Amino acid sequence: MAAFDHSITMEQGNYDQEEVAKLHSLMNTRALRKKRIRKGVLVGLNIVFALFMLFPLLYSVSVSVMPSEELFTMDMNLLPSNPTFDNYVRAFTQVPLVRFILNSFLVAGCITLGQIITCSLAAFAFSFLEFKGKNVLFMLVMATMMVPGEAVIISNYLTVSSMNLLDTYIVLILPSLTSAMGIFLFRQFYMTFPISLYESARLDGCGNLRFIIKILIPLTKSAIGAMAVYTFINAWNMYMWPLLVTGSEEMRTVQIGISMLNSVDAQSITLMMAGVVAIILPSMVIFIVGQKQLISGMFQGAVKG
Amino acid sequence: MKQFVEKMKGKSAYAYLIPCFLVFAVFLFYPFVKTIYLSLYKTDKLGQAKLFVGLENYTDLLTSESFYNSLFVTLLFVVIVVVGSMLIGLIGAVLCSKAFPGIRVFSTSYALPMAIASSGAAMIFKIILNPTIGILNKLTGLDINWIADPKYALICVAVLTAWLNSGINFLYFSAGLGNIDESIYERASVDGATGIQKFFRLTLPGLSPIMFYTLVVNIIQAFQSFGQIKILTSGGPGESTNVIVYSIYRDAFFNYKFGSAAAQSVVLFLIIMALTLVMFKVEKKGVKY
Repeated sequence: MAAFDHSITMEQGNYDQEEVAKLHSLMNTRALRKKRIRKGVLVGLNIVFALFMLFPLLYSVSVSVMPSEELFTMDMNLLPSNPTFDNYVRAFTQVPLVRFILNSFLVAGCITLGQIITCSLAAFAFSFLEFKGKNVLFMLVMATMMVPGEAVIISNYLTVSSMNLLDTYIVLILPSLTSAMGIFLFRQFYMTFPISLYESARLDGCGNLRFIIKILIPLTKSAIGAMAVYTFINAWNMYMWPLLVTGSEEMRTVQIGISMLNSVDAQSITLMMAGVVAIILPSMVIFIVGQKQLISGMFQGAVKG
Repeated sequence: MKQFVEKMKGKSAYAYLIPCFLVFAVFLFYPFVKTIYLSLYKTDKLGQAKLFVGLENYTDLLTSESFYNSLFVTLLFVVIVVVGSMLIGLIGAVLCSKAFPGIRVFSTSYALPMAIASSGAAMIFKIILNPTIGILNKLTGLDINWIADPKYALICVAVLTAWLNSGINFLYFSAGLGNIDESIYERASVDGATGIQKFFRLTLPGLSPIMFYTLVVNIIQAFQSFGQIKILTSGGPGESTNVIVYSIYRDAFFNYKFGSAAAQSVVLFLIIMALTLVMFKVEKKGVKY
């Protein structure tokens, strides 16, 4: 061991600068290569996993552009050999898909807007105002999270049918106009503002409503964005409630309208897939565009709480 | 006069709560009470309470084989869904924990199932799982009637649900991984720890604060699955996928047994409430493994 050490110190003396630099760059390239291999493996694993995760979606797109005789074979048919947009044309002409999409946009849009309004009003009261029973009422709101929608859906159905509201837009929108999650999320954000912000606005003669519209809402854009993306997607994807309360074809939302195609003859499977892709697309686009907003809103609120 | 104005200002706080409490009152508090009320009655076909029967709907449930089957199926379903969706979310989060070119594309695809509707997904799976033209049998060379076989039907809907629920888990776990201090990994590397050791000794314990929350949220979400079961299997074959939410739907809207469906709704509520309370209790104490 000692001899070995000695030889090294001996040799060190013999190295000139050039050789040291060479060695240095050699080690660097080795480390770099190792790093590159690691990165390559990581990217490779990600590609495999992403293909696995996206497979159902990619396959549905593939079927949606497949002529139906290509689907009905025993041969391997991952990709269409003669891709066609015919299925989309048929889906939009033979099925009132446009009507379904407009219905869903209207319903999901109203629910999103309504939730933002009711939740920000309530969260404002819970964070800036003092009143009797504040804690009890807030607990009551939080307790609603424990009641699964499916557990009250029968009674809700009986209520709206006795009010003769079945098969209207109102019945699709009304029950979802507020959410405990939204109130909680907005309150988490409002609590980060000092109460003096509110007090000084009041001293300047700013009313409560004006304070909400002019100060609170502009300051909580990220929370509102997160909430909007989340609510819209959930409303767009609603299934059980619209299934129960809509009857006529004109009132169906996309999810119900498309799943009604489920039962028709086998020849229209490719048409159905075109419809499915067409209705997944809007929620997907909104998710991809609003993703950053959604994540920052979701976790900023959670972390600060 | 001034006093009156002050008084009004104090009261005006309630005005901000009226919109949300109105909705809660009509579509949550009232139906909640009504569900409990209905569960004590036999009803007619329109869901009107006709005959007070006390706890008979509940005792009927507790002696009905179908209800025990439904509880068992739900339990099995929830276990497969939760384990599957958390595993998928965790794998995605670990794969995206270090920066590399194109990471945005991959992380978006792992979170994407969040945006997919259960009904649309179910229709895609229906074609993938089709015994003759389905791509799954073609790719694997198997000849299984996935949806019509009671052995596989539950697994199929559970895997589909796991996929749907995995998106949000990816986000939770990614946030959790982001909170782990990088330097502990460097120190572990210096000490000669392997990747697997690092994962089990550092990554998993580092995720424990968010793990429990994610677990409970996943369980609650899995209990509420409906659309995919309705479209893919309609509770069948037999009663092999008749989870409790589907059973509520079937009893109310096909068998017109609103009383029994209401009693099952109360059971569902009790289960979810118990889970939520456990979550709050443990969260207050702070989870440490």
